[in-house]
Amino acid sequence: MTMLFGIPLPALLGQLLIGFINGSFYALLSLGLAVIFGLLRVINFAHGAQYMLGAFTAYLLLYYTGLGFWPALIAVPLIVAAISALIERTMLSRLYDLDHLYGLLFTFGLALIIEGTFRWYFGAAGQPYAGPALLSGGTNLGFMFLPNYRGFVVVASIVICLAVWLLIEKTRLGAYLRAATENPQLVQAFGVNVPLLLTLTYALGAGLAGLAGVLAAPIYQVSPLMGSNLIIIVFAVVVIGGMGSIGGAIVTGYVLGILEGLTKVFYPEASNIVVFVIMAIVLMLRPAGLFGKEI
Amino acid sequence: MNSAGPQRSSGREPLLQVRDLNGWYGESHVLHGVSLDLHEGETITLVGRNGAGKTSTLRAIMNLLPRREGDIRIAGADMMKVPVHRTAHHGIGYVPEERGIFASLSVSENLMLPPKVAEGGMSVEEIFELFPNLAERRNSPGTKLSGGEQQMLAIARILRTGVRMILLDEPTEGLAPVIIQRIGDVLIELKKKGMTLLLVEQNFRFARKVADRFYLMEDGHILESFPTAELDAKIDRLHEVVGV
Repeated sequence: MTMLFGIPLPALLGQLLIGFINGSFYALLSLGLAVIFGLLRVINFAHGAQYMLGAFTAYLLLYYTGLGFWPALIAVPLIVAAISALIERTMLSRLYDLDHLYGLLFTFGLALIIEGTFRWYFGAAGQPYAGPALLSGGTNLGFMFLPNYRGFVVVASIVICLAVWLLIEKTRLGAYLRAATENPQLVQAFGVNVPLLLTLTYALGAGLAGLAGVLAAPIYQVSPLMGSNLIIIVFAVVVIGGMGSIGGAIVTGYVLGILEGLTKVFYPEASNIVVFVIMAIVLMLRPAGLFGKEI
Repeated sequence: MNSAGPQRSSGREPLLQVRDLNGWYGESHVLHGVSLDLHEGETITLVGRNGAGKTSTLRAIMNLLPRREGDIRIAGADMMKVPVHRTAHHGIGYVPEERGIFASLSVSENLMLPPKVAEGGMSVEEIFELFPNLAERRNSPGTKLSGGEQQMLAIARILRTGVRMILLDEPTEGLAPVIIQRIGDVLIELKKKGMTLLLVEQNFRFARKVADRFYLMEDGHILESFPTAELDAKIDRLHEVVGV
């Protein structure tokens, strides 16, 4: 058997791939957080709850309306985005003039309420969610057996991240967004409806979390606490990548997922803390994050 | 909104009418009953020492002050209830003192940023003809430009939008004489095309080439207003108030 650094190659590649799949979720979630933080300067602690809401909405759609995975993939992000837009308009937007801490506290409280409600109603146990029949089964890659759905998740997340990056870096709407991040007053004086832009941005970030939730539902179980388990790691990813850096959030998400996977091979005991160790090191050497700018 | 063209005359009614304007930054009362008129096609210049309230007057007109009271009308329309992001749509463009070029946007993105608010704005080709430097550097980041190029970009991006009135806050500040001359030529060109300009400027020699009238400000008040022809007669008083 081929060995690399004393590790069987198939095991190494297998963990790399698992890391890549986890990294796909880190990237999608940290991208949404970075988009929201960039323009709103809100640290969205409700992001994990919005991810969970995405998974649960897909689950509820399936059980109450029979709507399967593919329609849910489109409908759920829109539903989560709409709910989040409503929350932003009626509540979060009232906090913009206050210290940023209030936005953090508000979204943290919101996450507790949403997660508490779901736990009260559905219990803490996970609910299974059937993935699409089209992607059942797997492919033998030679070194490992790759479930087709997981391969799809990797490809889908890359496509989505790239699309959002292009939207922000290359379109007129993205230019408004970047300009409003620098100087919202002046952009507004030019005649751009910045309050609407803020609502759309929050909805976009939350919608991405909802989309990640749908993608996650067939892999992890749908449970009220699925978001809070993941979001701590995602916050570490955002801190490492640098707050407000769109490309940085994406790249860091994938890289850390892969690093985590590699740690499982070489030193499994550390795999749960490797992200936080890296965060500590980055904070010591580059407090603004690898791709971040001082704010 | 009126249609395009220099002959959209509004009779004797000023295009911009400000009456008894008061403004505050928090507890600090910075404008004390400012009144001024700006007629279609006219250029006026606000002069006064730093802190006299010139920039605050412009910001109050754009609805960028935290608190304002009084009466502001553009072509007769009451602007006091118009939200910030609808103000520009009344045909008013703003070139701020710090120029406001966005670092994360390229030159052409900066140029394309302000939405069109009316027909009749300049095309990108016309703008690049007027400012050849910007054409050469259209793909560089906005803040890699020199101060003079940034100022030209700040003016250029407003010309695209079809506004008929531009508020310019110290467009010559900190620039080399040759650049100041160039900006002066551009403003005169705009005036010829019928553009209405409200200028804040410390540099009298520059302002007299463009302005039809001067308003002298001190401590948030308008002290007096006089046509440019009287500038020489008033120059001692001006130096006394402005302190330069």
